[in-house]
Amino acid sequence: MQRSIARREGSPFTGLGPVFMKEFSDHLSSARMMVLMLFVIAFGALTVAPSLTELRNVTEADPFLFLRIFTSASSRVPFSFTAALGFTIPLLAIGLGFDSVNGEFNRRTLSRVLSQPIYRDALLLGKFLGALATLAVALVALWLIVLGAGLLLLGIPPRGVEVARGVAFLGVAIAYGGVWLAASMLFSVIFRSTATSALCALGVWLFFLIVWPLIVPTIVVAFASPDVMSGRASIDETLALIQFQSFLDRLSPNTLFGEAVIGLLNPETRTLGPIIQSQMYGAIMGAPLPFGQSLLLIWPQITGLIAGTIVVFAAAYIIFQREEVRA
Amino acid sequence: MADNVIEARGLLKLYGAQRAVDAIDLDIRRGEIFGLLGPNGAGKTTTILMMLGLTEISGGTVEVLGFDPVRQPLEVKRRVGYLPDAVGFYDHLTARENLVYTARLLAIPRSQIGRRIMEAMESVQLADVVDKRVSTYSRGMRQRLGIAEIVMKKAEIAILDEPTSGLDPHATFELLEMIRGLKRMGVAVLLSSHLLDRVQSVCDRVALFNKGRIALMGTVVELANQVLGAGHPILVEASGIDIAAALRGIEGVQKVMPEGPQGSEGGAWRVVADRDVRAAAAQRIVSAGGALTRLADLQPSLEEVYTRYFQEARHAA
Repeated sequence: MQRSIARREGSPFTGLGPVFMKEFSDHLSSARMMVLMLFVIAFGALTVAPSLTELRNVTEADPFLFLRIFTSASSRVPFSFTAALGFTIPLLAIGLGFDSVNGEFNRRTLSRVLSQPIYRDALLLGKFLGALATLAVALVALWLIVLGAGLLLLGIPPRGVEVARGVAFLGVAIAYGGVWLAASMLFSVIFRSTATSALCALGVWLFFLIVWPLIVPTIVVAFASPDVMSGRASIDETLALIQFQSFLDRLSPNTLFGEAVIGLLNPETRTLGPIIQSQMYGAIMGAPLPFGQSLLLIWPQITGLIAGTIVVFAAAYIIFQREEVRA
Repeated sequence: MADNVIEARGLLKLYGAQRAVDAIDLDIRRGEIFGLLGPNGAGKTTTILMMLGLTEISGGTVEVLGFDPVRQPLEVKRRVGYLPDAVGFYDHLTARENLVYTARLLAIPRSQIGRRIMEAMESVQLADVVDKRVSTYSRGMRQRLGIAEIVMKKAEIAILDEPTSGLDPHATFELLEMIRGLKRMGVAVLLSSHLLDRVQSVCDRVALFNKGRIALMGTVVELANQVLGAGHPILVEASGIDIAAALRGIEGVQKVMPEGPQGSEGGAWRVVADRDVRAAAAQRIVSAGGALTRLADLQPSLEEVYTRYFQEARHAA
């Protein structure tokens, strides 16, 4: 039929700007954002404050003292600031995205907005970018607070390379938020009820946070030959198995984020996978990598996070295009 | 051709095997108020959504102001205002903020936005509450805000889906006034409804939907002639004589039927004639010694057309 090959006219981005601006300002002024920010700041303070007090007592010369604020876990609170972010960013993103489409549908604003000269593309993308910008603002603010607190309490300024690593970390954090934002928007497109979409998004988050790390070893053991388990296998076989485990681990955005953070904020990190003795030959233990090399090391993780965002967003987009707008 | 703003030919919508809209032909003329009538689920809203390019068309063609809603939805939506059934606004924003958002989506120049919003809000008598949050608005006010949005848009066609549903009589009256106002501005109005007597008072032409098809289309009088039969119905109420016997003899009278519960004599009678027989009827009753208490020209009522049509459709099925 002729109609099926007919192409629509006009830019799919018509109206993207207004949608973005509205979403951005709505999020920034919403009570929900306040609550989420309080939650994130509380978690941040809980982890940063003890590590700061401990870092004040460090006497040995550490060239990356500032980065330790982010990564060191104090003896009192058993996880670091970055670990706390790995936990709270998904919550923040889900909180911003879970009702983005079905909320409009339930308020019956969707058909009115779509009857304006705008494609669904622009609406969905504008909503995503608006929420992502909100997330970015929140993370930048948090990052600056931590940096400022570090300046005040440690009394030394961060070096340029530390700032660069910190900014790269911020970028990774935003990309990580993007995955979860896209996921929560996907559920908001699939389900008409906002409660259902919130529950599903939280369910996926909990799955990757708790269940997946428990399942992966089981899967790996199931695939392993008895030789590998008893340590009689060749190095190649063992390596293959470890790589299989890494592959499964890295299906989880949490792992990707965690690895990227380690690579960026612990400059001593040389590899994120297994390493054999001969590869370490000539390396000076504990010597930091240049920033560019660290970035190269975690490039696959960053790509993975961004690719994940795009794939999930594309799924949401396809489903949204097919959805009926009528009540 | 030139003064048709909407032209649909063989418009078809399938949901699986079900024909929600079954190959309808429909023309809406410039500057008229056209009513889509029919029971819920007859395909009215689906037809509207197809005209706006908000749902896919399974077959046939529709042209809105010369544009194809499938290929050029932006052009169509720029020129057509749509008020959905139970329209929603962002409750946490004021009416002005809601309209500013729409104005931005319409790419209205910034310098004009403020003025056009106030003009639109004045035309629906909401200018004094423009800075109140929409959450404080009543249902009638929301519908009027929806009309204001269409006015601000300077739409050439206004499509209103069940605009009066859930409104009290006063709010309904006000809204219908505003719909007439749209017509005065030269806007073609397409409205769907199942509230017939209300619609009758504003519509120039109507189409009666039944199971995805247009069963009848035309002016209310044409429809009445088609369904109720041609003729000139009058209502006679008198006492003291046998009205039926007195009136049957008048030239042109085709039928004399009791209207409502009847006593042995007197009461109200409906007379159908091929001409206006009021004068003759009055004379006949008075000269026969009856006391004439009421003599009225009966406008064909859309409700009657509707009820009769669907009764017949059911009997036929």
